[in-house]
Amino acid sequence: MSEEHEVLLQIKQLKTHFHLDEGILKAVDGIDLTIKKKRTLGIVGESGCGKSVTSQAILRLVPEFAKLEGELLLHRTKGNQKGEQVDLAQLPLRSKALREIRGGEIAMIFQEPMKAFSPIHTIGNQLMESILLHQSDNRKEARHIALGTLRKVGMSNPEQRLNEYPHQLSGGMRQRAMIAMAVSSNPSLLIADEPTTALDVTVQAQVLDLLNELKETVGTSIVFITHDLGVIAEMSDEVAVMYLGKVVEYTDVDTLFHGAQHPYTEALLGSIPSISRSGARLDTIEGTVPFPMNLPSGCGFYSRCKKAVDGVCNVADIPLVEVSEGHYVRCLLAGQ
Amino acid sequence: MSSVMSRMRRGIRHGLIRRKSHEPRMDTKEVYEAASQWRLIWWKFKKHKLAMIAVPVLLLLYLMAALCDFISPTLPVTRFADYKNAPPQKIRFIDESGFHLQPFVYDMKQQTDKETFRRSFTTDTTKKYPIQLFVKGEPYKLLGLFQTDVHLFGNEQAQAPIFLMGTDSLGRDLFTRILYGARISLSFGLVGILLTLVLGLLMGGISGYLGGFVDSSIQRLIDLLVCIPTIPLWMALAAALPRSWTPLQLYFGMIVIFSVIDWTGLARVVRGKVLALREEDFTMAARLSGASDMRIITKHLLPSFSSYIIVSTSLAIPSTILGETALSFLGLGLQPPAVSWGVLLQDAQNLQTLAYQPWLLWPAAFLVVTVLMFNFLGDGLRDAADPYK
Amino acid sequence: MDSGKRILEVRSLRKHFPIQRGFFQKTVGQVKAVDDIHLHIDEGETFGLVGESGCGKSTLGRAILRAIEPSSGSVRFKNRSGGIVEVTELDPKELRALRKDMQLVFQDPYSSLNPRMTVLNIVGEPLLCNQIAKGDQLRERVKQLMEMVGLDSRHLERYPHAFSGGQRQRIGIARALATEPRFLVCDEAVSALDVSVQAQILNLLKELQERFKLSYLFISHDLGVIRHISDRVGVMYVGKLVETAHTEALFTRPMHPYTEVLMAAKPIPDPRKKKRKAVLPGEIANPAKPPEGCYFHPRCPYAAPVCSEKAPPWTEVEEGHYAACHFAGQLDLQGAGAS
Repeated sequence: MSEEHEVLLQIKQLKTHFHLDEGILKAVDGIDLTIKKKRTLGIVGESGCGKSVTSQAILRLVPEFAKLEGELLLHRTKGNQKGEQVDLAQLPLRSKALREIRGGEIAMIFQEPMKAFSPIHTIGNQLMESILLHQSDNRKEARHIALGTLRKVGMSNPEQRLNEYPHQLSGGMRQRAMIAMAVSSNPSLLIADEPTTALDVTVQAQVLDLLNELKETVGTSIVFITHDLGVIAEMSDEVAVMYLGKVVEYTDVDTLFHGAQHPYTEALLGSIPSISRSGARLDTIEGTVPFPMNLPSGCGFYSRCKKAVDGVCNVADIPLVEVSEGHYVRCLLAGQ
Repeated sequence: MSSVMSRMRRGIRHGLIRRKSHEPRMDTKEVYEAASQWRLIWWKFKKHKLAMIAVPVLLLLYLMAALCDFISPTLPVTRFADYKNAPPQKIRFIDESGFHLQPFVYDMKQQTDKETFRRSFTTDTTKKYPIQLFVKGEPYKLLGLFQTDVHLFGNEQAQAPIFLMGTDSLGRDLFTRILYGARISLSFGLVGILLTLVLGLLMGGISGYLGGFVDSSIQRLIDLLVCIPTIPLWMALAAALPRSWTPLQLYFGMIVIFSVIDWTGLARVVRGKVLALREEDFTMAARLSGASDMRIITKHLLPSFSSYIIVSTSLAIPSTILGETALSFLGLGLQPPAVSWGVLLQDAQNLQTLAYQPWLLWPAAFLVVTVLMFNFLGDGLRDAADPYK
Repeated sequence: MDSGKRILEVRSLRKHFPIQRGFFQKTVGQVKAVDDIHLHIDEGETFGLVGESGCGKSTLGRAILRAIEPSSGSVRFKNRSGGIVEVTELDPKELRALRKDMQLVFQDPYSSLNPRMTVLNIVGEPLLCNQIAKGDQLRERVKQLMEMVGLDSRHLERYPHAFSGGQRQRIGIARALATEPRFLVCDEAVSALDVSVQAQILNLLKELQERFKLSYLFISHDLGVIRHISDRVGVMYVGKLVETAHTEALFTRPMHPYTEVLMAAKPIPDPRKKKRKAVLPGEIANPAKPPEGCYFHPRCPYAAPVCSEKAPPWTEVEEGHYAACHFAGQLDLQGAGAS
């Protein structure tokens, strides 16, 4: 991780706990991440690891009965606070600043584009609405920007698309429209929550290329959330592997795939069937992810870990340790 | 996170996981995992407060209807000539000598106003009747089985029973008549819905399962029935029932009328469900397992929408009860001497009675409460109906 | 059938869905969901079927089982007594008997299990319906099946909602195996699962295959999974098979441009390996209105005039390696690398 990249968003000890009668559901439990300008941070993990809640917590989109703790220090790039650092976690939920940041500086794209669009308005109207909210007061200009954005995301026949309804578009085109909506206001951070999971591989390839292209041309940082390690390898500069609400390994993409030290990361890598080798038995992780409530102390992965040592791993919480420069691992046995 | 969130949401819905509250915690994981559909529905239903009020109230109403001859102090046809249009008697605890634990009523005396010739009642404090339980009165057959003459309350010395809700113009006890009316009005809802259910399930099921021409014809028939305005159709059909029929025949005649009109909504829902479920993977899995059509229908399709049927049924019962009341009120439904709430309300039709004998509106109060409770119940059931969503 | 090893032989199988419009449901066209498919599967073999959504791979799998009625063509199946039956001509009773031999594993572990039945009833259903076992015997057999697929047999009386996705998929597999079939169609059987769980299920399927000499038709959109589990692979595009070959041959020497593109588009979990050379333009052809000639030609980087005029023939380019491309064997296509 080089010095030349400025920090855009610093996440410190972020926690999102759901207080329920049974106990506390620790969906996100103290994560530290740094998002740098023009870089892509990949967050990878299985369902239930807290990766989506993390992304929602950044935009303060978690349900109101959830308890949010920690700091979300955003380096603002727009508005009258430009250049200042604000803590998103401290902003009141209905404040103007938060509204400006949502959609204006931090935009989000989801797995299911149909949910992001209202079915009763045209793509053009919805796109222009968000532009009018954040960028321009002039409808004509907004339309012009909308058209330009649709072109930028590689939409065929952008003029015609402006007047179409979401259901008239194919899955890939819908995802492009959503990306267009997200990038129309030139956000400094784009959070992509499993944006290609519902797409076919050839269309997925198009969308991934588009995102990488936007990163270069617009200069957006991306938080890319997925369960697919292949996509992570292709998209990310840095990667955080999450398990049960905690970051278990955090490093640059090359080290992750060629020098992973956490047993969970290793197991995850071993369980992917590859298209370049066939045959042999896959490594698996025994059992299933525990329900993140009332967990025993010690390492969350203890019950499924092949290397776990009784009396060592299941005693106290394991700290995230920097094993080499920029490579953080939450395992006592790392390096052994 | 989605799976954890959805498990959590499911948990919250079922009342297994509660947001911070002061209720005692239940140890539920094991119970939850072995819980059947009905158990899950019950857990969710329990969280609906209004529905939980509705259940005991409705049970009480139906219990009262079933035991009406025991609970009522007299018979619905017995007239008390000295007590025509008598107002409800007040139940008292305090007399001139102070407070008594045992409630009592004073007798009423009829007076005629010398100028207006209007009859009115005054309380006669010289005759005091304590309210006693399990008193002997007019003989009847309890539940149609046991010959007895014990009534729930009354006073054996008094010459007339205690008129909790007053009497009508013929001197019949209104409370007694409301209870006997409940027997007809409330059972009308249940029996009526039964026939509707059979028709709706049969037609909807056939329509959805067979498809094609049969489906189209049934759907067009439904379209036709739905577009006829309900009240005139009821009236026309009710008017077509022979006047010479006995009350029992009229009762069933009217049930048939209601069901013939009412099944359409249910049939549509059932058809939609069958169409959707026929495409479900588990239906195909059953077919590939070698299950017969009969088994697929009874083991897979029916249980899958039984909860919906219960919901729509509980919402349809009050409309059937209201329908019967409306027709009887208009004089087109049941006829005296049969007693139903609608028949009783016929007496409350003109303004004069309302002004001087407002207690004749008591049947309406019972009706409103019943319908309201059924709606609460339906509401709760609807929220709980599909625990797998 | 020409070979004694074959358990299944599909010839010219078609499934066309009519497109109906208007009040009188007039047929205005046809969606050729499965169009003129030839394939065969040997005993103990896994045939992987790969393609993008809407290419007809699931329809093909179901048409082979006659879970949906094929429009035309032949499906010949060797039953357990060694006789060869024409599946498309069976009457309902014979079909029911045959279903003991061929079963389906579904994609969605949620919708494929009736939430209102216990595991005992779900897994026991095929045994009960085919009068194989009942009562205590049924219970014992279901317990056996549960242990076979790695489930705790004490959870017999639990309902599906108590199980995780992977466990539910195991229940689905136990149900499919209840009648001791010899041929399974696995329709995206691991697509809905997390990677680590997916690996468990893939390993389970391989183990079961070795133990019971099962043959699989394994349908998936994931090339990695397909390469891992298959002996031979077929690639489908808009209702047609465009290429079939042995797994190694297909992944190292693809003969159809679409196969190459599919492999190139699959992200590889290694940042040091290739960056994709080109992204395929456009979208999958509409199966209701496919283009003239080769369905793939509007997107094909190697398209020549002949491709838009004539449908390419299904040719055996090398032994056991078939492709439907005018230039099969003449193009220098990139594979995914040898193992």
